Amino acid sequence: MWEQIRTNRRRSAAVVALLGAVLVATGIALGELVAVQAGGDPRAAAFGGGALGLGVWLVLWLVSVTQGDRIMLALAGAREIQKRDHPQLVNVVEEMAIAAALPAPPRVFIVDDPSPNAFATGRNATRAAVSVTTGLLARLDRDELQGVVAHEIGHVRNRDVAFMATAGVMLGTIVLLADLGNRLVWYGSPRRSRSSSSDGESGGGQAVLFVLALIFMILAPLLAQILYFALSRRREYLADASSALFTRYPEGLASALEKIGRSASQLADQGRVTAPMYIVSPRATALFSTHPPLERRIEILRRMAGGAGLAAYEAAYRSVRGGSVVGPRTLATAEAVPARTATPEATPVEAAAARSRQASDALLSAGGYQTVPCSCGARVKVPPPLQGQVTNCPRCGAKLAA
Amino acid sequence: MGMLIVLAIVVAIGAWLLAIYNGLVRGRNEVKNAWSQIDVQLKRRHDLIPNLVETVKGYMQHESGTLESVTRARTAAMGARGPADAARAESAVTTALAGLFAVAERYPDLKANQNFLALQEELSSTENRIGFARQAYNDAVTQYNNRREVFPNSLLAGAFERAEVFQLEDAADRAVPPVKF
Repeated sequence: MWEQIRTNRRRSAAVVALLGAVLVATGIALGELVAVQAGGDPRAAAFGGGALGLGVWLVLWLVSVTQGDRIMLALAGAREIQKRDHPQLVNVVEEMAIAAALPAPPRVFIVDDPSPNAFATGRNATRAAVSVTTGLLARLDRDELQGVVAHEIGHVRNRDVAFMATAGVMLGTIVLLADLGNRLVWYGSPRRSRSSSSDGESGGGQAVLFVLALIFMILAPLLAQILYFALSRRREYLADASSALFTRYPEGLASALEKIGRSASQLADQGRVTAPMYIVSPRATALFSTHPPLERRIEILRRMAGGAGLAAYEAAYRSVRGGSVVGPRTLATAEAVPARTATPEATPVEAAAARSRQASDALLSAGGYQTVPCSCGARVKVPPPLQGQVTNCPRCGAKLAA
Repeated sequence: MGMLIVLAIVVAIGAWLLAIYNGLVRGRNEVKNAWSQIDVQLKRRHDLIPNLVETVKGYMQHESGTLESVTRARTAAMGARGPADAARAESAVTTALAGLFAVAERYPDLKANQNFLALQEELSSTENRIGFARQAYNDAVTQYNNRREVFPNSLLAGAFERAEVFQLEDAADRAVPPVKF
C-alpha cells in the first residue's frame, strides 16, 4: 500500500497549496469588491485582501492540522465510547486495527442518528477516530459492521483522514468567505466611489475588476469542491479495496452498502463540509457527489470471485468500471488472498432487536447512565443525577438502589 | 598511501558486516514483536475459557464431555512451547470451542444469558485478532528467514536462529464441526 500512501501524501500537499491559492485569490477578489463599493485604492485593497487571505490560510492550515479531527467530530455531534458501552463495536475496531497493522487502535465514537453511516477522521495513524451512527449499529450484523469499520480504517491507513480533516476545514472557510462576498455584492452599500465620476478610465477598469471579482466569487467554492470531490472518489474505491483485504470478506462490506442504500432516511443536519467524510454520501441533492454510486461499489466487491486481495479488487474494478485504481507497484507485491466464509449469527429477527437495543444502550452508557436490573426483568437506565439515590422501577414499582 | 587504502577497505568491510548484522537483529526483533502480539491474544483466550465453562456449566449438565474437552485443550495449549507447538495446541482449542458453541445452539436459555453472549463476543473477537496478528507475524517471519538465507548474509546467519511460522489449520479454523444427535 506504500505507493498509494505516497501519492496520497503528495496530492494532499498539492490540494492544500491549491486551496491556499484559491483562498488568497478570494481575498483579492473581496478586496476589490470592498474598494469598488466603498471607495479607495483598488490595488492597495487587492494587496490587503490577498495578505488577509494568506493569513487566513496559514491560521486555518495550522488549526485544521492540529484540531481538524476534533472540529469534524464536534460538527458531526459524535460522542466517544469505551469498551463497556458497546463491546462489539470496540472489538471490531481493534480487530481491524490489528489487521491494518496500525500502531494504536483508533478511538471509537457514536453519532445519535437513525440513518446508517460512518466516518473516520484523525491527524495520523496514531491519532485517529472511527465514528458510526446508532442507525448503522442497529442494522448491520457483525460481518457487515466489520466491513464498514475496515473501510474507515482503510482511510486511516491510506492517510486519507488527515487530508480530509485539513481540506474539510479549509473548504468550509472558503465557502464561508465566498458567502460573505456574495452578501457584500447583493446587500452591500450601493455607494459608488468618488473617483468613478471624475476619472472615466479608472472607473471602467474598476467595473471590469468588479465583474471579475463577482465571477470568481461564484467559481471559488465550486472549484474548491470539484477538486476535493474528484480526489475523494478514488479514495473511496481504495478504502473499499482495503476493507476487503483487511476483513478477507468482501461480501461483508457489499451487503452493508446494500443495507445502507436501502434505508430511506437521510442523515440529519449535514453541511457540505462534513459530507465527504462519510462511507456513503449523506447528501442526496449534492451537485458533485463525493462518493461513487453505491451500486457500482457493490458490484465491484461482488465480482472479486472468491479473492480478497488488492489484485482481485483491481481485476473486478477493471471489469466493472474499466481503468485502474490500485497502483501497479502495489499490485506487484500484492499477494493473492482467498476470501473467508461468513460468520454464523443468531436468528436475524432476535439479532436485529438486540442490536438496536445495544446501540441505544451504548449512547446512554457513554452519557453516564447506569443500568440497574430489576427483579421483574426490566433493565432500568438511571441518569447521572439520580445515581446514589433510591428510584422506583417504572414497570413494577419496586424500589431500586442505583 | 598503500596503508590508507588497506585501512579504508577494512573499514568499509567492517561497516558492511555491521549493516548486515544490524539488519538481521532488526528482523529478529520484528519477529519477536509480532509473536508477542499473538501471545497477548492467546493469553486472553486462555483467561476467558474458565469464565465460559463456569457460565455454561449450569445450563449444559448433559454435555460434560464437551466442556471437558475445552478445558483439556486449554491446559494443553497453556503448556505449549514455541510457535509450531502452540499452533497445534491452539487449533485444538479452536475446534473444542466451536464444538461448545455449536452445542450451545440447542439451549435457548443459555443463548439468552447476557454473560454468555458477552463471552461469545469476546472469544470470537479474540479469535479474529489471533488470525490477523498471525498474518503480520508470518509476514515478518518470511521476511526474516529470507534475509537470513541469502548470500552474503548467510555467512553471519549462524548466530541467528531460523524463525517458525504460526500456521493454524485454516479449514478447521472457521468450520463448525458436525454435531451428532
